[in-house]
Amino acid sequence: MSSAPENNGRRRFLTIATAVVGGVGAAGVAVPFIKSWNPSEKAKAAGAPVEYDVSKMAPGQLVRIKWRGKPVYVVRRSKEVLAELANGHDEQLKDPNSTEPQQPEYANNSYRSLDPEYMVLVGVCTHLGCAPNYRPGDFDEVIAGVKNGFFCPCHGSKFDMAGRVFHSVPAPINLVVPPHMFTGSMLMIGVDGGDA
Amino acid sequence: MLPKLVTDLVAWIDKRIPMTDSFNKHVGQYPAPKNFNFWYFFGSLAMLVLVNQILTGIWLTMNYTPSGEEAFASVEYIMRDVEYGWLLRYMHSSGASAFFVVVYLHMLRGMMYGSYQKPRELLWLFGMFIFLVLMAEGFMGYLLPWGNMSFWGAQVIISLFGAIPIIGDDLTLWIRGDYVISGATLNRFFALHVIALPLVLVILVFLHIVALHEVGSNNPEGIDIKKPKGSIAEEDKAPFKFHKSYTDKYDIVDAVPFHPYYSVKDIMGVVGFLIIFCYVIFFAPEGGGYFLEKPNFEPANPLKTPEHIAPVWYFGPFYTILRIIPDKLIGAGAMFGAIVMLFLLPWFDRGTVKSLRYRSTLHKINLVQFCICFFVLGVLGTMSASPLANAIGVAATVGYFGYFIALFIYSKNEKTKELPERISH
Repeated sequence: MSSAPENNGRRRFLTIATAVVGGVGAAGVAVPFIKSWNPSEKAKAAGAPVEYDVSKMAPGQLVRIKWRGKPVYVVRRSKEVLAELANGHDEQLKDPNSTEPQQPEYANNSYRSLDPEYMVLVGVCTHLGCAPNYRPGDFDEVIAGVKNGFFCPCHGSKFDMAGRVFHSVPAPINLVVPPHMFTGSMLMIGVDGGDA
Repeated sequence: MLPKLVTDLVAWIDKRIPMTDSFNKHVGQYPAPKNFNFWYFFGSLAMLVLVNQILTGIWLTMNYTPSGEEAFASVEYIMRDVEYGWLLRYMHSSGASAFFVVVYLHMLRGMMYGSYQKPRELLWLFGMFIFLVLMAEGFMGYLLPWGNMSFWGAQVIISLFGAIPIIGDDLTLWIRGDYVISGATLNRFFALHVIALPLVLVILVFLHIVALHEVGSNNPEGIDIKKPKGSIAEEDKAPFKFHKSYTDKYDIVDAVPFHPYYSVKDIMGVVGFLIIFCYVIFFAPEGGGYFLEKPNFEPANPLKTPEHIAPVWYFGPFYTILRIIPDKLIGAGAMFGAIVMLFLLPWFDRGTVKSLRYRSTLHKINLVQFCICFFVLGVLGTMSASPLANAIGVAATVGYFGYFIALFIYSKNEKTKELPERISH
């Protein structure tokens, strides 16, 4: 035992200092444990945005692009199709004004896209996940008066050229619009200008 | 008598660790009220099921492969190629349902006899934490077979966290470890299911029992068997030797030592339980689609949503509360709120009379309506949504929350019957 006099102020200071240093250390050690739950580099690479040069597309053409394991449909909509969307068949749609959050904010418009000319949709039916077929020109066989659209072969769900679902089909809501943006003529799927 | 070698060994150990003393304090000389009834089987049965889950779980990990590519196939391998693999798996999967059956009945027992009331609040809280960990175990365990319902069930529940404002999307990404539920999610759920949560569970069960033995067991009469020291004549005390840690502080009446009286009685409960449990394992391991759901017999498929996503039956009541509220955030809040209400039960009940037997008719009606609502919510949770089911679900949710609100109001000045001094018969 030391015979030095007790110094309570010093003991108190040392106790608090030890607790603070220990606490900071514990918080620091927690970082790797928490961060290790973030997506790994492999997962990030597999989920990275994909790009496609839309300048090569002909009006009316559809391309399928794979993004995060899902097919993304891109269509360069012709003037005729845009007119069809603008002139409206709203009364035949379940959610014409896209009230369900199936699209980013910037695609919450009557064309459900950033650039009216390019339709970008996840090609997975909102009913049971089948891939709807693109029916350019002959869609009026299933919906009278609408010439272009998507028809799901599994259970007969019908969507217009903005991915909006028609009444009286099993799919409950509109098709998903993925986050997307344009850099020149390059379409990037999976990122956006930060307006998500 | 035991051979000298054994008594010497016991004495040697007792000098170094309080083995005999601990056994006596918690088992051989623990004073348990003499009037335990049927409802008191479920605590020991929960312990039995816990042991079953741990044992069969360890054996399942010996052949299970936690990866997105191989998990489904490895479960089929266990079912078809591993000797008795089917039995180990069915013991584990049916054990999960059995766990919730006995735990729900155990909780109902606590509610009927007021076993959560002062001074048993902490005992009740430890029990509630056990319930919470069990639900996490059930949820994460259900992802592991990597069937299509595993996948979509997890999808629905994880997306709930996305309803939290601002951090929601980052949080779900962090939980999944990927942009979709993937092998990364499966692996972390496996780690939590087989290591982290069972460790927490065992510690909580230990604390639950320590807390029980500190405050003593309640009983169907809801009156104390520990009387003030010196208040009971020698001939009126329970005629057994109890551990001095109890008799030093109290005079004990109407009690029997836990062992052999209740250890033997619990064996009766175990036999009855095992008859039913074995019937399920051998003749109805899928529980009619309620224990193992049909879509789970096909592998996880992110492109194909099952026709009707339903949770396993034991999540039914809480899932219904979530589903009947159209707003996702409020729905999730109500679901967690339903569990928070149970946590706070000791403070909702402001009464001092514990047992249903001596409480008001109003309280009896309230508890019965609560049970009916809980059951109805559970049934609805396994059915697909319809306007009628939603309307019934809203009514049952009101009944569920109403139980706690009403209890808080009437328990302050409740008209109760006079409590007896002693446990009769």
